[in-house]
Amino acid sequence: MNRIYLPRDAAAVALGADETAVALQAALAQAGAPHELVRNGSRGLLWLEPLLEVATAAGRMAFGPVTPEAVPGLVAAGLLDTRADAPLPAALAAHPLHQGLTDEHPYFKRQQRVTFARVGLDDPLSLAAYAAGGGWLGLDNALRLGALGTLHEVAESGLRGRGGAAFPAGVKWRTVAHAAGAHKAVVCNADEGDSGTFSDRMLMEGDPYTLIEGMAIAGLAVGATRGYIYLRSEYPHAEAALREAIARAEAAGHIGAALRGSGPAFHLEVRRGAGSYVCGEETALLESIEGKRGVVRAKPPLPAHVGLFGWPTVINNVITLASVPAILAHGHQAYHQHGIGRSRGTLPFQLAGNIRHGGLVEVPLGITLRELVEGFGGGTLSGRPIKAIQVGGPLGAYVPASRWDTPVDYEGFAAIGATVGHGGIVVHDDTADLAGLAKYAMEFCALESCGKCTPCRIGSTRGVEVVARLVAAPAAAKAAQEALLRDLCHTMVHGSLCAMGGMTPFPVVSALDHYPEDFGLPARQAAPAQPATTGTAPAGGH
Amino acid sequence: MPRSPLGPVPAGAAPVAAAERAALDRALAEHGVHVPDGPEGAATALLPVLHHLQDALGHVPPALVPLIAQAFNRTRAEVHGVVSFYHHFRSAPPGRHVVQICQAEACRACGGEALMAHTAAALGCAPGQTRADCAVSLEAAYCLGLCATAPAAMIDGRVRARVSPAQIEALAAVIAGEVAALAAPGAASRPDTGASAPDPA
Repeated sequence: MNRIYLPRDAAAVALGADETAVALQAALAQAGAPHELVRNGSRGLLWLEPLLEVATAAGRMAFGPVTPEAVPGLVAAGLLDTRADAPLPAALAAHPLHQGLTDEHPYFKRQQRVTFARVGLDDPLSLAAYAAGGGWLGLDNALRLGALGTLHEVAESGLRGRGGAAFPAGVKWRTVAHAAGAHKAVVCNADEGDSGTFSDRMLMEGDPYTLIEGMAIAGLAVGATRGYIYLRSEYPHAEAALREAIARAEAAGHIGAALRGSGPAFHLEVRRGAGSYVCGEETALLESIEGKRGVVRAKPPLPAHVGLFGWPTVINNVITLASVPAILAHGHQAYHQHGIGRSRGTLPFQLAGNIRHGGLVEVPLGITLRELVEGFGGGTLSGRPIKAIQVGGPLGAYVPASRWDTPVDYEGFAAIGATVGHGGIVVHDDTADLAGLAKYAMEFCALESCGKCTPCRIGSTRGVEVVARLVAAPAAAKAAQEALLRDLCHTMVHGSLCAMGGMTPFPVVSALDHYPEDFGLPARQAAPAQPATTGTAPAGGH
Repeated sequence: MPRSPLGPVPAGAAPVAAAERAALDRALAEHGVHVPDGPEGAATALLPVLHHLQDALGHVPPALVPLIAQAFNRTRAEVHGVVSFYHHFRSAPPGRHVVQICQAEACRACGGEALMAHTAAALGCAPGQTRADCAVSLEAAYCLGLCATAPAAMIDGRVRARVSPAQIEALAAVIAGEVAALAAPGAASRPDTGASAPDPA
């Protein structure tokens, strides 16, 4: 009897994990082997998915990528002879797909997993595995500490909003705790629409109880009895995992009428979004849960004062809320010791796009971009040189090679006119056309603008046109079009109601600043210290 | 069948197919128009009801909009405004197969645009359109969360990563085979949407 692990994560499924599971089950049935096939979350080494693991005396041994066609070879090499108390059979150790001990893999070993500590270790829906892995410790401590003590822990940890706006979670929670209201709500922003990001998805699929626990702690801290997870419709696997996890946690008495059977009530439900990017902005998200068009609200009032249904509302991203149980379980110092400056803790970075070793890398804030994309990522998938790295989703700047040694933290990135955002890192090789990507940024804004404010609604469409005119213009006429585009970007940054229009210029202007030749403009000697339009963008939920 | 919570059909409303009406009755019964005793005090279940309808019918039939508006005590314009705001909701049935190719940045970095063009050519269906024979709809997606293994696609609700032109060719062949079978004399009636999702892998 041994355990064989094969992820159920959507990224593994998209690479054939379900077909591999069918082949494995058939092999197990044929051999009459007593092995248990565990469909775990992903370990985050996504280029090796489907990543199969078997327990051995030395630890969990990884094999990947394991396609259905590879199963007979692994079985012939002794996959079904593996035992948790024995070394790996020699033939398996010599198998070309063998990757060694998962925990010793350089990609994994150099990480410091805090929020993702449990992701990929076991069946994500097993309450027994969750408790055995330290689950509910944070909530139990919060129940002991009470609301004030919990607020103190979160504030002292230095945790900031991981959705992109990086607002201190403790300040937000205190505001809601002190706000008067017969009802309060905790809303989880699971509308992870940024291209290049998938950490929310992986956490919800791979360790959903951690999010549930984090939301319960938030409810306890601010006095909210209702929680809502607003989940994008593009994540059917995450939705299934969350709905099942909530049902099981409620049936077992962890949440619902009384937290952990003795605490205050906390009811949780999942609301499915409907393909609107702007609903990742917190006020548009609240409108959407209320059954309306996802149109951004003017602030103030802040959601902390007047949020969902008019109640004082904590609204945080998945990773923010999922980081809270570890903070409460191990104390604020344990979390605060990671990171640099005012950027404390770890961030699950997501290596995406044209990258050889794409996946999830949780490390303390302060790592350099070069270490992430070259050290972890191994350069491009195409093998060509990296040209540009977009950090922080569609609203993030394209960062040129001269800035790859800047430590990734909120203040440091703001200083170079970039954003950390949700930690998504999209690599483009030297075939990328930055003028085309700048035009796409404007097209995406035009497609997704909620339409409430003019700079975003009209500006994005004018932006598409101006980029096209700039690219097509003869050399003599380019300067005028560039000036027009920069002026338009300035208006959008400073005049938009939310980050959608307010940050769409970031990729556009960074492309202009660092890759002028892609627009047919003369190359610059040195990039300006800061993009011309950089300013304090309105904080959004992205 | 739960009793319909709806009143009489508003005067001048378009006729509603029985199956569509029944789907709406089920959606309202399951999700509730609102929580009468709940603290929300407002009709918040509109999106869940619209999702229920689209999951059951493949789209949100425009003829149901007046009935939904009546159930939620909102204007037809408001309900139409919500349905049309969200990219996910369709007002017309999709093709028997729905192919979504991600066009966001991470997939663009791995040839997502070329894959879309290739798919459009292979399927004979322009992006954003349903083919004239209703065999397939081709849509752009903006991030499926599979950005480390781009380019990504969702085909009949199933996620696919590192999608190759060869996989698209295989899908096109499966669809062509279905169309040929349907056109054959004595062919069975039109298969249900997505009932037999071809696997391009």
